[in-house]
Amino acid sequence: MSEQVVDKRRRLFLTAAATAVTGVGAAYVAVPFIASMNPSDRAKAAGAPVEADISKLEPGQLIRVEWRGKPVWVLKRTKETLVQLEEMTDMLRDAGSDESEQPESCKNVTRSIKPEVFLAVGICTHLGCSPTFRPEVAPEDLGADWKGGFFCPCHGSLFDLSGRVYAGVPAPLNLVVPPHKYVTDTRILIGSEGGQA
Amino acid sequence: MSGMLKNALGWVDARFPLTKVWNEHLAEYYAPKNFNWMYYFGSLAILVLVNQIITGIFLTINYKPDAQLAFDSVEYIMRDVEWGWLIRYMHSTGASAFFVVVYLHMFRGLIYGSFKKPRELVWVFGMIIYVALMAEAFMGYLLPWGQMSYWGAQVIVSLFGAIPYVGEDLALWLRGDYVISDATLNRFFAFHVIAIPLVLVILVFMHIVALHAVGSNNPEGIEIKKHKDDKGVPLDGIPFHPYYTVKDLVGVAVFLFIFALIIFYMPEMGGYFLEHANFVPADPLKTPEHIAPVWYFTPFYAILRAVPDKFLGVVAMAGAIIILFLLPWLDRGVNKSIRYRGPVFKAAIIAFCISFIGLGYFGMQPVTAVGTWFSRFFSFVYFAFFLLMPFYSNLGQDKHVPERVEEK
Amino acid sequence: MKKLSIVLLVLFSSQLFAASGGIALESARINLDNKASLQRGAKYFVNYCLSCHSAKQLRYSRMATDLEIPPELVELNLMFTGEKIFDGMTISMRPKDAEKWFGVNPPDLSLIARSRGSDWLYTYLKSFYVDETRPFGVDNALFPKVGMPNVLSDLQGLQKAVYKDVELEDGTVRRVIDHLEISEPGRMNEKEFDKAMNDLVNFMTYMGEPAKLERQRLGWKVLLFIFLMLVVFYFLKKEYWKDIH
Repeated sequence: MSEQVVDKRRRLFLTAAATAVTGVGAAYVAVPFIASMNPSDRAKAAGAPVEADISKLEPGQLIRVEWRGKPVWVLKRTKETLVQLEEMTDMLRDAGSDESEQPESCKNVTRSIKPEVFLAVGICTHLGCSPTFRPEVAPEDLGADWKGGFFCPCHGSLFDLSGRVYAGVPAPLNLVVPPHKYVTDTRILIGSEGGQA
Repeated sequence: MSGMLKNALGWVDARFPLTKVWNEHLAEYYAPKNFNWMYYFGSLAILVLVNQIITGIFLTINYKPDAQLAFDSVEYIMRDVEWGWLIRYMHSTGASAFFVVVYLHMFRGLIYGSFKKPRELVWVFGMIIYVALMAEAFMGYLLPWGQMSYWGAQVIVSLFGAIPYVGEDLALWLRGDYVISDATLNRFFAFHVIAIPLVLVILVFMHIVALHAVGSNNPEGIEIKKHKDDKGVPLDGIPFHPYYTVKDLVGVAVFLFIFALIIFYMPEMGGYFLEHANFVPADPLKTPEHIAPVWYFTPFYAILRAVPDKFLGVVAMAGAIIILFLLPWLDRGVNKSIRYRGPVFKAAIIAFCISFIGLGYFGMQPVTAVGTWFSRFFSFVYFAFFLLMPFYSNLGQDKHVPERVEEK
Repeated sequence: MKKLSIVLLVLFSSQLFAASGGIALESARINLDNKASLQRGAKYFVNYCLSCHSAKQLRYSRMATDLEIPPELVELNLMFTGEKIFDGMTISMRPKDAEKWFGVNPPDLSLIARSRGSDWLYTYLKSFYVDETRPFGVDNALFPKVGMPNVLSDLQGLQKAVYKDVELEDGTVRRVIDHLEISEPGRMNEKEFDKAMNDLVNFMTYMGEPAKLERQRLGWKVLLFIFLMLVVFYFLKKEYWKDIH
């Protein structure tokens, strides 16, 4: 077709440049579409921190609060329970909570900010069932060694009263302690750890 | 590396005609070398179709086809969904852009005679695409469930009621209720998101297959297949790829610039792309003061209103669309391109354009005596353009149509 | 052609006139970058509008972010109806009661700036005048027979209408409103009131499309990128088309 010599280098350069801008453009266009599938403001609003009032909570009593569609337990433990927790270490898989999920302020034996008030997401770390609260000591079905805790009916996982998992049960980790903070002495904001909501 | 690629391609080619399809439709599809800017709109129409399908899919992720929820779900997309506003504006602007591009594409076909033998079926498939597109746009417009969505649909569906004997039952059947309601919204949603898009994609495929079988026309209206070299390549043809792919990219960039300008700075386009009354939720008890369809329907709406009888108005409106299908058989001119046609034909084209735009304008306005008079006049010109075409289209044609595309 | 365009112009302008209900629209100065104006507008909105009208599409939290107001301050100063910060601006009045009290259900105002336009809102808010024949003792020059009391009268004061006679095409004479005058001053003078209403309309314009600022901020970058694409594609096309003669 052409008599003149085709400048192959120029042609190659321009093709590469066109490919590059098209690629970058396509990537930019993809961003809004991918991001649009993130949780929306409405979902985030529904997942906003919730408040729990513990002023009427008696020792040994457990209340449930919904946070991000999940049950959160707030348990007020007795003095005896707190003593017992120190003695459980041998029976537990992760007594020091080294592998489990909790706020830094709760990485202790009681797994809580205030020793007697315990918060946990009430979902078994095995396959997502919600364990039942079994505070009684040595009931028939759980045996004489049972010091009170949580029992998952789905696959029989056992947790103590600070949500620590027993050794030799299917659940791999301790129950998750959600981020939370005390707004006042008796009001807890779940889903928020210090600073802004 | 290239050896491996070659092997992979060979493996595929033995099982699927990849190279063959590539060559037949791109690398060895020979298009006339003299396309001008009017030839950008075909590839742009495909681009807009892809835009509508992708943005549409992402809108359905958050949209709720329910009369109680639809309006709020659109606002939810506009406010709560990350980038939802952009996706929605791309879709709403895309709808209007589709018609801009398609009208220009059709106009190109009209003036260069691209509908004439042997391309009659290319034109007919194109016209079916156009009708499907109108149905698609009409049903899509109901989904935001604003006042214009609701009353626009009410008026258009009522048109079917004008058909003698079966009309009222037909309108009832279309709505699935006695008025436009949740039932209507749900079925329009189904048609809008899957039925018609599927038909559109198949029709576009057939449109292109038909075109590639006969070859593209050009502004000179010359058949480039008449003069081939010894390998059978048209002398005035050039491979579509890379020459027209790189050229169309320029058109794409210009289009995207205008498209983005509208999306980011005037998504309502002064009430033409997104009508103001549609920001009010549908209220079956209160008609807005002034109902006008979206701009791309207004020429036909003006024809409807120009006729004082309900049934005949519907007939005229339907006729205005049907007559477009017959164009290849109405035009009896020997030459294709407007460049070599007689002054009568040229004048007729100008009169037609003024009428079409005029009808579009008056279709948007409230009814006035002057407006109705103009609409009647323009409707008359519109129909005369087609119906008289067999008589005037061959007058005064230029005898000196060149054999070859001339060297520039 | 020229005659035609004159005809079109006349038709078009008469329609504009008809749409404005008799009085000319005043233009509001919309500036969504003016956060102070938007914040003042938000205050007027919750104090004067939000008791009867909802704006359910706008979340308080979104407003706090966009208007750069700390959420604590929003909770303290702008939320009166016992909602949470993530809620939309709803009202506690039930639609049934509203209909009993006002004859109509006060519409949700989330999108009013998009359906009516900011100039219309601005003019509307300034066009209440005393008319003892109306249920609330006031009417609106822009929206005759309006079903809403003039909640802004403590700021603006009261206005009365000054009429004039206009001769229609068919020779009949009709009394129409020429302009409105303050008959009893309120807490603000005219200039202050205009500024307050401008802030309010500015806020309502923001409320109609909270993403508008983001959209305009992003727009020119996108256009610049597409222009770059255009330049590259243009040279690519030119290079390849050297082959074609």
